[in-house]
Amino acid sequence: MRILKTLGLAALLATTSGLVHAQDLRIGLQEDPDVLDPDQSRTFVGRIVYASLCDKLVDITPDLEIIPMLATGWEWNADGTELTMTLREGVTFHDGEPFNAQAVAANIDRSQNFELSRRKSEVKSIESTEVIDDYTIKFNLSAPDATLIAQFADRSGMMLSPKATGEAGEAFGLNPVCAGPFKFKERIQQDRIVLEKFAEYYRADEINFDSVTFLPIPDTTVRLANLRAGDLHMLERLAATDMASAEADDGLMVEKATSLGYQGITINVANGPRAENPLGQNAAVRKALSLAIDRNALNQVVFEGAFATGNQPYSPTSPWYNADFPVPERDVEAAKALLAEAGFADGLTIEVQVANNPVQTQVMQVIQSMAGEAGITIELAAKEFATLLADQSAGEYTASQIGWSGRVDPDGNIHQFMTTGGGINDSKYSDPEMDRFLNEARLSTDPAVRKESYNAAIAKQQEDMPIVYLYHPVWLWALDSAVDGFTPYPDGMIRLHGVSVTE
Amino acid sequence: MLAFLARRVFIAIPTVILISLFVFSLQHLLPGDPILVMAGEERDPEVIAALREKYRLNDPIPVQYLAWAGNALQGDLGISLRTQQPVLELIAEKLPVTIQLAVMALAIAILIGIPAGVLSAYKKGTWIDWVANITALSGLSVPNFWLGIMLILLVSVKLGWLPASGYMPLSEDPLQSIRTMLMPAFVLGTAIAATLMRHTRSAMLSVLKSDYVRTARAKGLRESVVLIKHALRNALVPVVTVITLLFGELLAGAVLTEQIFTIPGFGKLVVDAVFNRDYAVVQAIVLCTGIAFILMNILADAAYRVLNPRMSEQ
Repeated sequence: MRILKTLGLAALLATTSGLVHAQDLRIGLQEDPDVLDPDQSRTFVGRIVYASLCDKLVDITPDLEIIPMLATGWEWNADGTELTMTLREGVTFHDGEPFNAQAVAANIDRSQNFELSRRKSEVKSIESTEVIDDYTIKFNLSAPDATLIAQFADRSGMMLSPKATGEAGEAFGLNPVCAGPFKFKERIQQDRIVLEKFAEYYRADEINFDSVTFLPIPDTTVRLANLRAGDLHMLERLAATDMASAEADDGLMVEKATSLGYQGITINVANGPRAENPLGQNAAVRKALSLAIDRNALNQVVFEGAFATGNQPYSPTSPWYNADFPVPERDVEAAKALLAEAGFADGLTIEVQVANNPVQTQVMQVIQSMAGEAGITIELAAKEFATLLADQSAGEYTASQIGWSGRVDPDGNIHQFMTTGGGINDSKYSDPEMDRFLNEARLSTDPAVRKESYNAAIAKQQEDMPIVYLYHPVWLWALDSAVDGFTPYPDGMIRLHGVSVTE
Repeated sequence: MLAFLARRVFIAIPTVILISLFVFSLQHLLPGDPILVMAGEERDPEVIAALREKYRLNDPIPVQYLAWAGNALQGDLGISLRTQQPVLELIAEKLPVTIQLAVMALAIAILIGIPAGVLSAYKKGTWIDWVANITALSGLSVPNFWLGIMLILLVSVKLGWLPASGYMPLSEDPLQSIRTMLMPAFVLGTAIAATLMRHTRSAMLSVLKSDYVRTARAKGLRESVVLIKHALRNALVPVVTVITLLFGELLAGAVLTEQIFTIPGFGKLVVDAVFNRDYAVVQAIVLCTGIAFILMNILADAAYRVLNPRMSEQ
């Protein structure tokens, strides 16, 4: 009997010994996040930290389906103006305060009314919140808004302790208190952010680390060297040019997911006097530019083929992609014919502004040489990003190479760019039909109905082309091969539920 | 000596005011709008208006300057637009890091540069002089970022001797702190050592030709005493000037080296602040750096008087 017991124990040890709970998981980030207050923050890397710090009302699956997180279920009324959510019971914030409907109402109020909130436009459609009972809340909307649920899968849906926001006010970000798997421990700006496991987390059994440390290491070569030296367990945004060498390394793994965002060339069609040029005034010239570009070659030359080519605000793998307009092959003759038709048989010269970093500059140099063969001479104006943004916003540009990080809901990638008076419609493109398609798409919560509207909008976009879409970045993570259970998501976040490190 | 120091500090005040005015105007002349960067990708007009109001960016620039200067005099340097952290706190956080890196780099530079300079002057024209010169030239010519990355690949990735990057406060774990700083200090130190070596060499060469050195030798003093006590001490005056200037430069932050080794010092802070148009941070750091340079110069003047008492009488 004793032998059996010993053997049984030995067998148990043998099966579990491979799985050692690493004390601390170390993640390399490309930048230092900004303020750690989900209502105030704006950086991508900040959201990566929140994925471990602040749980949201809902989450997404890798296929972009919305799934419960702090909300366990939801229901729309018939005309889509009321959203009722049931909330998870027994959840506490890191300061021990209870999570309930009152807390949700306080969070929405802060996103809408806090002086420094960057979330105002995301929750604008909510006219009022109604606490039905402790674990049921109703949102009354001013008009149907199908995009709202997806907003709750990001910063607008992150729940902060109302007690902490009340006490700290705008300094909340110096010591954030949420309801996620890890709680805030310390931050040394530009050096590290340390979170430690929150023992009362409602899914604590899925968390295998005592703490997680985020280390901003901007240089991609150095970030990878840290991983190779064993100083990191994983890093985000591996350079596409390092992918082959990381994949060949036995000690490393590479994971990928096509991002929700895009890179393109935004064209000034009606934003002040600088729009008065052939490219801004003539859709045929814009189409010629698009046809002159070999998107595959661009991807191969600059990103070693690791990214995804594109011609729409959604990547070809997205359910919202309009398959009637596939990524065009390069056609120099057709581009020349379009130019001739528009009266520029001898070619023309345009200026394109580009952020002065090596990758985007290289992208534009490749396009410059391709467009040149079709008779479009591109003059590049390299600008530092803050300047580029200010000039673009003020209409001080002809065309601008810029991108968008992408949103879960299809509305987020197109509405504000293409509708009349849209917040980031720097082209100042305006078309009543486009406005109608995109506004209608917000009204229905039925994906099939919305898909029809987006198909129509994309068809219109292909005709007028105020933005020439180029490619969709692919998120590349490099991980120590001892890391297990990591799932890549198209939003680029690092979710640590179920992730472990085997020694 | 005290009166001298007091006079120098008093003269420095207008310089500090001029620096702050200059930086304030300069960064408002930069193109780009901090609020557009801060407002986030959506650039919601309502958010933009609220932020402009909040950070008083609608006020005329002279009004903004006076408000800033008034607060600065009371020890309030504002808050970082990017992280909401008080700037004074940020500086208090970064200053020890930058000072540690500067001191270690300078120590390495002095340990290499001065003996090499003395030796190459003493053995002028021999192979030792040539080796020292060539080494110094390579130290100056090799770019820091390249040397840094090569060191990381060799020392950390291949050999696993030192951490690849990062920082550990001296107070938490002194040994680990020195280990993390060793490579960046070496990269910075070698470049500076070359400068120091060249200056020491030329100063020593001129001193070694002087009459009192010949007299010292004629007295029958040991060569090491002649070299170190008589020649080097006098040769050090110009070298001290160079050292203080270099130290001032190091305190301003070694941007590339800090970036590569992810050292959270002034250099990284100021670069990020400029890109984000984080006015309060840029303003405060440039001011601190200016003050550091002035202090270094005052210290250098004081050091001359210690090295060469004749200077006090002038």
